[in-house]
Amino acid sequence: MTKPLRQTAPRPGSRIVSLGTYRPARVVTNDELAPRIDSSDEWIRERTGIVERRFAAADESVADMAVAAAGKALAASGIAPESIDMVLLATVTHPFQTPSAAAEVADRIGAKGAAALDVAAACAGFCYALGIADSLIRTGTSENILIIGVEKLSDFVSLDDRGAAFIFADGAGAAVVTPADHPGIGPVVWGADGAQKDAITMTQSWIEYRDDPQPQYPVLKMQGQQVFRWAVGEISKVCQQALEAAGVTADDLVAFVPHQANMRITDAMVRQMKLPAHVVVARDIETTGNTSAASVPLALDALVATHDLPSGGLALLVGFGAGLAFAAQVIELP
Amino acid sequence: MSNAEILEGLASIVNEVAGTPVADITPEKAFIDDLDIDSLSMVEVVMACEDKFGVSIPDGEVKNLKTVGDAVSYIEKAQQG
Repeated sequence: MTKPLRQTAPRPGSRIVSLGTYRPARVVTNDELAPRIDSSDEWIRERTGIVERRFAAADESVADMAVAAAGKALAASGIAPESIDMVLLATVTHPFQTPSAAAEVADRIGAKGAAALDVAAACAGFCYALGIADSLIRTGTSENILIIGVEKLSDFVSLDDRGAAFIFADGAGAAVVTPADHPGIGPVVWGADGAQKDAITMTQSWIEYRDDPQPQYPVLKMQGQQVFRWAVGEISKVCQQALEAAGVTADDLVAFVPHQANMRITDAMVRQMKLPAHVVVARDIETTGNTSAASVPLALDALVATHDLPSGGLALLVGFGAGLAFAAQVIELP
Repeated sequence: MSNAEILEGLASIVNEVAGTPVADITPEKAFIDDLDIDSLSMVEVVMACEDKFGVSIPDGEVKNLKTVGDAVSYIEKAQQG
């Protein structure tokens, strides 16, 4: 008879113990961007709720921003870097096909030898990584996981694009996830709709770029109305499913932290979900812009810092974007 | 559903999405030029109409719905069809 394989021992739950963020120094106002797209501060505010955003410096990389955010999250966790055994880094703007940014970041923060991989789920990336982290810890595969959402979208957006120039921005947010004696992260509700892959995509592939006699550097392009309809119609339902999966209702929440795609999407989702008035809603996009995979941890950290939210209080997180991919889960606040 | 009932339902949707007073929402009014509904608000209005009136309004059709009256007739036809 074949000898049975031993497996790791499962755990009852995992939780986020700490957060850390990095916001680049340079503030970019609407007035700075408006002339190139024949627009105005007022128009941009009305359509997006964005007043200003941050752009990283030319010599500041995705890995640099990730290391800065991760360092703060680690320091706040009290967990030694060498005790991190997995680094999950969500990004779509690390400008190398390989190696992963996660491997570089793991080395630079002192998590020597940790498993490391990048998660390419665009604006849903952080919530995807959190769902994966929770599963890895509950199955006993990993113990202490560092997850990071980081983007330098200013490298992959055309400042002449009237549909994108004023939306996207740069930043990083990190969280340390550890074992817990009860579930501090609810079941993830996730999925993707590849039939809508062209709703948010690149203007061309690297191969087309290489072979194009007049190469146009690939940048992001987005069908704003299509994404809006999908986000408001479908993602509100995904949020409801995440609440049901965790066995709670909107009344039990203290905070709602949606991906900061557009203030108008957040407003419409809140209306659609009929969120109770006591639930604090993250509106970090106003001063941060849409930072894709970084937006949920940046918004969560800002909300915890500015509101007196109780540790252990329940927050609903949801990420959604290119793919079209989405992921949502209820968490206990660190 | 009668023309008047659809108009009443549509007016309450536009009021909820954009805060426009119900009395201002009459058939000859254009969504963008008269009612201050921009492209994103229009998507919200369309989604709410689909729910309320049980019809489907595809993305490609939305640009043809310039006035409140256009939307009322589209919904009326879609309900019959």
